[in-house]
Amino acid sequence: MEKKKFKPIPWIANIAFLMISLLALFPIINLLISSLRPSSELMRNGISITFDPSTISVENYLYIFTQGGNYWSWFINSLVITTITIVLSLFFSSMVGYALALYDFKGRNLIFGCVLFILMVPFEILMLPLFQLMINFNLIDTYAAVILPAVVAPMAVFFFRQYAIGLPKELMDAARIDGSTEYGIFFKIMLPLMTPSLAAMAILQGLGSWNNFLWPLIVLRSNDMFTLPIGLATLLTPYGNNYDILIAGSVMTILPIIILFIFFQRYFVAGLTVGGVKG
Amino acid sequence: MLPVSKMTSQELAQVKKPNKLLVFLNSKKVVPYIFVLPFILSFLVFSLYPSVQAMIMSFQKVLPGQVTFIGMNNYSRVFNPIFYKALSNTAIYVVLTVVILTIVPIILAVLLDSKLVKFKTFFRASLFLPSLASTIVAGMVFRLMFGETDTAAANQILNWLGFESMDWRYQAWSAMFLMVLLCCWKWMGVNVLYFLAGLQNVPKELYEAAEIDGATTFQKFTNVTLPFLKPVTIFVATISVIGGFRMFEESFVYWEAGSPGNIGLTVVGYLYQQGIQQNDMGFGAAIGVILMLIIFVVSFIQLMLTGAFKKEGQ
Repeated sequence: MEKKKFKPIPWIANIAFLMISLLALFPIINLLISSLRPSSELMRNGISITFDPSTISVENYLYIFTQGGNYWSWFINSLVITTITIVLSLFFSSMVGYALALYDFKGRNLIFGCVLFILMVPFEILMLPLFQLMINFNLIDTYAAVILPAVVAPMAVFFFRQYAIGLPKELMDAARIDGSTEYGIFFKIMLPLMTPSLAAMAILQGLGSWNNFLWPLIVLRSNDMFTLPIGLATLLTPYGNNYDILIAGSVMTILPIIILFIFFQRYFVAGLTVGGVKG
Repeated sequence: MLPVSKMTSQELAQVKKPNKLLVFLNSKKVVPYIFVLPFILSFLVFSLYPSVQAMIMSFQKVLPGQVTFIGMNNYSRVFNPIFYKALSNTAIYVVLTVVILTIVPIILAVLLDSKLVKFKTFFRASLFLPSLASTIVAGMVFRLMFGETDTAAANQILNWLGFESMDWRYQAWSAMFLMVLLCCWKWMGVNVLYFLAGLQNVPKELYEAAEIDGATTFQKFTNVTLPFLKPVTIFVATISVIGGFRMFEESFVYWEAGSPGNIGLTVVGYLYQQGIQQNDMGFGAAIGVILMLIIFVVSFIQLMLTGAFKKEGQ
């Protein structure tokens, strides 16, 4: 009796979502297309919707690979800083999260209180004294100045603690009976079990470090020490004649992350929705 | 404190058994302290010390090699027209971003959770993708799309619709629009994911029960879905408020050091300008302390609303 009726609501919802998705992707697609267009036009006209397909070329990429100049220093700086930040902050915070979750010791609540304290205090308040500290330590314009404050990662401690609470305590006792040291238990047995949480936090810390702006802007001084966001920002002037590096370099700044995202979606989602870490 | 700590390192060295120190280090009483030690040290140097120092500095005039205590002087100077401008810009930005970044994601998440929408994975991924981009890179793209020329994307669209081209970055309302747009574009997908996670907590039986009672779709949304989303909503609103007050990059990428008539100046931007660029650290610290107070109040309200701070760790 009932014929297949045309239902408008699902159609509207799907089309609306398609448009929202396109809006979300629009700037990224625009960036990709613009990187294949003459940079002189980009500087004169900005990013236009219309363009002449015959002008498409890989000129900007050829230029950046042959005469990229400091761009490659920025890239390497970002890569080194991000890698060291991930390793150090994960190492420190996984140990704390683990200890807070699985050991009973005096002062545990105090340490947990410290973690909550850092979560509440925004970094911008610590910035000026930290800047002073870096001047006194003679660390201005070094990797260490950028990395050291990022080693205290309260969000990661929180996450690891939450994760470690769910680990089987019996494994620890079994390993003790087998004569394993407490450190052996952590590094050989428990830490491997925490791999999913390590992956998620590596992404949170890594993305934060790769895109970090304000703090490196303050402590890095010379052009060849800049990280990618800071270096690229220096090219963004109305009189800039480096728009080829700016546009192709921007693509190469976000493309590695997008590729990683395609392969590790689950961990990206887990890492970025841990919360509190914005901007 | 601990019984073992009575042993000094000297005594330990005198002990014949060479593995005594190792036994000590491996005892269940000592191990957790060793695990937390690196974190505690870095916490003391890079978190606790600077936060105390920030308070002290806000009462000082800090010049190279010369620090003088000047009482409330920095604070009385803070409350000037430029700071009020920065504060009102930031407040408007916070209100707009919080409203948009809470209401829109709820609607999107509910739709994505329903059977109405197909290709959920694609929609979720494309909404999430902007959060990976650096604000600087994304802002550069926005800046070039919202350029002053007739050939920039935004003005092309305006012209097609029959409007005049605009100087997007040089008018107060459009400056605010650009900053809010950049922020909302970047964080929309993440907030949708928060709400999607929250929706998994709504018991399906409740919808069935509501259907039996003859509730409309809208009634189900307001009476069943929304109450269950309350904790997530408070959480998302809180992180949006805090993120909004800490905003800097969205403004920097459009105008670098200074916007015309300070239409893009934010509290953190003012802190950077005074504390770093003008090297007036005491004054900058005072701005920071005020910012911290604002954020404490917001966090406190969240505590009151959720009843437990634990929510933050979920």
